[in-house]
Amino acid sequence: MTANIGKVVSVNGNLVSVEFENNVSMNEICFVKVGDTSLKSEVIRIRGNIAQIQVYEMTDGIKCGDEVEFTGDMLSAQLGPGLLGQVYDGLQNPLPLLAEQAGWFLERGVYVESLNSEKKWEFTPVANIGDVLRAGEYFGTVPEGAFVHKIFVPFNLLGTYTVKSIAEKGEYTINETVAVVTDERGREIPLTMSFKWPVKRAVTCYSERLAPVETMETKVRLIDSFFPVAKGGTYCTPGPFGAGKTVLQHTTSKYADVDIVIIAACGERAGEVVETLTEFPELIDPKTGRSLMERTIIICNTSSMPVASREASVYTSVTMAEYYRQMGLNVLLLADSTSRWAQALREMSGRLEEIPGEEAFPAYLESYIAAFYERAGYVRLPDGSTGSVTIGGTVSPAGGNFEEPVTQATLKVVGAFHGLSRERSDARKYPAIDPVISWSKYTGVVDSKKIGFCKKVLNHGYDIGSMMKVVGEEGTSLTDYVTYLKSDMLDAVYLQQNSFDLVEANCGRTRQQYVTDKLVTVLGSEYELSNKDDARGFINRMRQRFIDWNYTEFESDAFKKAEGEIDALYAEGKGKLSREAELLLNGGE
Amino acid sequence: MNKVYNKIESITGNVITVKAKDVKYKELAQITTRFGKSLAEVNKIEGDVVSLQVFAGGKGVSTGDEVRFLGRDMRVSFSEDLLGRIFNGSGEPRDNGPVLTENMQPIGGPSVNPSRRILANRMMRTNIPMIDMFNTLVVSQKLPIFSISGEPYNQLLARIAMQAEADVIVLGGMGLKYDDFLYFKDELSKGGALSKTVMFIHTASDPTVECMMIPDMSLAVAEQFALQDKDVLVLLTDMTNFADAMKEIAITQEQVPSNRGYPGDLYSQLASRYEKAVDFANSGSVTVLAVTTMPGDDVTHPVPDNTGYITEGQYYLKGGRIEPFGSLSRLKQNVNSKTRKDHRALMDGMIRLYSSYKETVEKKNMGFAMSRWDTKLLKYGELFENKLMDLSVNMSLEDSLDLGWKILAECFEKDETGLKSDLIEEFWPAK
Repeated sequence: MTANIGKVVSVNGNLVSVEFENNVSMNEICFVKVGDTSLKSEVIRIRGNIAQIQVYEMTDGIKCGDEVEFTGDMLSAQLGPGLLGQVYDGLQNPLPLLAEQAGWFLERGVYVESLNSEKKWEFTPVANIGDVLRAGEYFGTVPEGAFVHKIFVPFNLLGTYTVKSIAEKGEYTINETVAVVTDERGREIPLTMSFKWPVKRAVTCYSERLAPVETMETKVRLIDSFFPVAKGGTYCTPGPFGAGKTVLQHTTSKYADVDIVIIAACGERAGEVVETLTEFPELIDPKTGRSLMERTIIICNTSSMPVASREASVYTSVTMAEYYRQMGLNVLLLADSTSRWAQALREMSGRLEEIPGEEAFPAYLESYIAAFYERAGYVRLPDGSTGSVTIGGTVSPAGGNFEEPVTQATLKVVGAFHGLSRERSDARKYPAIDPVISWSKYTGVVDSKKIGFCKKVLNHGYDIGSMMKVVGEEGTSLTDYVTYLKSDMLDAVYLQQNSFDLVEANCGRTRQQYVTDKLVTVLGSEYELSNKDDARGFINRMRQRFIDWNYTEFESDAFKKAEGEIDALYAEGKGKLSREAELLLNGGE
Repeated sequence: MNKVYNKIESITGNVITVKAKDVKYKELAQITTRFGKSLAEVNKIEGDVVSLQVFAGGKGVSTGDEVRFLGRDMRVSFSEDLLGRIFNGSGEPRDNGPVLTENMQPIGGPSVNPSRRILANRMMRTNIPMIDMFNTLVVSQKLPIFSISGEPYNQLLARIAMQAEADVIVLGGMGLKYDDFLYFKDELSKGGALSKTVMFIHTASDPTVECMMIPDMSLAVAEQFALQDKDVLVLLTDMTNFADAMKEIAITQEQVPSNRGYPGDLYSQLASRYEKAVDFANSGSVTVLAVTTMPGDDVTHPVPDNTGYITEGQYYLKGGRIEPFGSLSRLKQNVNSKTRKDHRALMDGMIRLYSSYKETVEKKNMGFAMSRWDTKLLKYGELFENKLMDLSVNMSLEDSLDLGWKILAECFEKDETGLKSDLIEEFWPAK
């Protein structure tokens, strides 16, 4: 087969038009030859014998007549053992390896292998000769860090395959043949431990998709109790700059109750990636006792790296998430930020001179965003086990205004919305998730009726608070004033959480349930308070004791002592539990 | 063997097209008009129709003018000879010095590999208390100075240029008023900082296209100095003019505008400049401070808004002072634990008291009676504003901290400050 070569006919930014003769397919990968380097590109539109391609690199120096070689393949990710702990760019080049080859800078046209082809892995066969397998079923395993990495029949093989031979237990590299299978017509296909998958296609080698019902704990009280996320679910975190989106994702990536975390740093600051890179190898994953980096993959295409590969990076990351899900693992994909990805789409759309939609975003923005989030899911796998991909995306709305197209398109398809507000972040309230506008469709770790009660107190308190701004403290009744103080206390002791303190930042399910019960008791009680000063003093003391309680290790002696102090103050204030709160605490008949 | 063309097909604003073959994207050309020679850069190729943005602008260009392609892209000369010199956006001297042509370096090069970056952890001293003490500038940080027209942002930049602890200063001026250009030149030579400064200046009357080249020229030079183990501070003013120049060219070329007429890639364009800020392990560094004026004092305007998403905090220059509440250096906690042990506590304590002072002022303006505590706060606020916030104050961090303690001692009793007792014992000035 001769190479399929085309010629450049126009250049506009990173959009290049190519005249071709043979067949070319949509989203096919091709290389533009500029001097000694070849620049990776993708076909994004075909008209007659002109293919328009987006170049993943800077296009300086390209001229008309330059050769373009079409590869026949779509943009693919290489999947196999060795992905964990890596730091990739959007095209799956390991960045440390690039640095070894090119030095300080990301020189264009340098591509290196995604997985180490020399490393030997301890392969254990699982399938027997004669077994009939389908794509997505596994025939062997290798250990990868703390995980059992399953070796699959490649996802792109259609139909059934019979195992003809399989390697013995032993050490192999990812390119050595470890099994030979025959297809339905008897043709032999050698299989290795690694294969490629086109990133823009969702992996669907599961038996069925299940409803996401199990809560994915993030250890953030405001999220797990009030606006929970489910394993296999989706959520988004929009917020203006400086509201703490990245810090929140950073905390989530450390404490989330999942097996594997994939961080897609998409079009954001390089400094933030450096922070993760410096910090994670030092931190210990409480679940496995190993370094946190061993459960993490970072796909990093920061803001100054080429825009087209920014677009590719989100797909590369979700493909890796789906791959590990196939092993029966729970994977969390954190994309920061999806707005930068949407902007990459907008830039290309503008160059293609497509008719613009709202704020010049392309008309297909919504369907692209929907398709991306729909790749999340909780699934039953062919071997009966389950796995999940949870997607959490930040959104950076222009001017912090949530009415803009990316936020709105995202809200349509996600299961939970954590809206960050400038007011809360300016008041140094962390996390700055605004409890009034946020919502979630998933089940949390705490009884929803109790949370409903807390929300009622909170909202009632806000209403009184805004009224008080008009009529002043004098014009507010003592009962209302107490409710206002209670709501303020709930905010301070439960919704806000210090992410720098190790105990406070890692607030688990049982603790959240326990603390909520105590809160329902305190908030749902009447006290003997003679005037407003009295009330303020009392609630402030209660607030301080709760905060001290939060910093103690769960169920430790200090924890019990601090709880005793809360109870003592409750008794001192002659707390009398209301009927509503009593019913709630007794299981609510 | 340069290709020469004598027929210009179209002239729209600052963009011309010619029919030419074998031209490279981003290649430079020289166009000779009756007003002299100018550089032009290829920014689009469609078959044999090549679009060029003319640095000197389209005014007076004739369809019969000569276009000579130079076969190379835009470059800037780099050597120690740059220090003390002033250039325009095309890299030509603005002073009376010689043209520099040796060691030409490409501009707008690739970004630094994130895996080769190191965590920012060195303080850059500016001897301005509102920066050093309250929002410490960190080597390799990128920070905008958000301001509005009429504020003394260029005076602030000039002070920083003279006082900052940097080996080399690169000043990039975009759309500068001519007076401001002269001001920078005079101040820096008076302050003796000119010999470590390189200036790339585009004034308001210069052609728009040159304005777009300023950040790339400045940052390319800064990067080269940094690779020679120098700590470089890049001062840019004003990035809003840069964004407006991009808008002008984009609209001229009939690009689809996205937000208030700005091109869809505004974020990427700004980011690729700001992300040049870097600390090379075992070598030099680039730190970027860039004035961004906010049209209509509106921080949600596309330019400051996109900038805020890119940079690591911001300084707000308002009423002639660096506002302590809106300003934020996101990297300050990387360094301010290592300066002096009272730094963090004093910074937080003084800001807390200043915020109480602001509340008291409000109360006073509404006609409420002033308590003894209020009077103390009023005295404190006045001292704080005059002795620490004033832009002309020039003192080291240690002196600022000492002064901070002195102001506290002048206004309050020890236990009124809310500071930790052991720090008070150690630092409270004896009367």
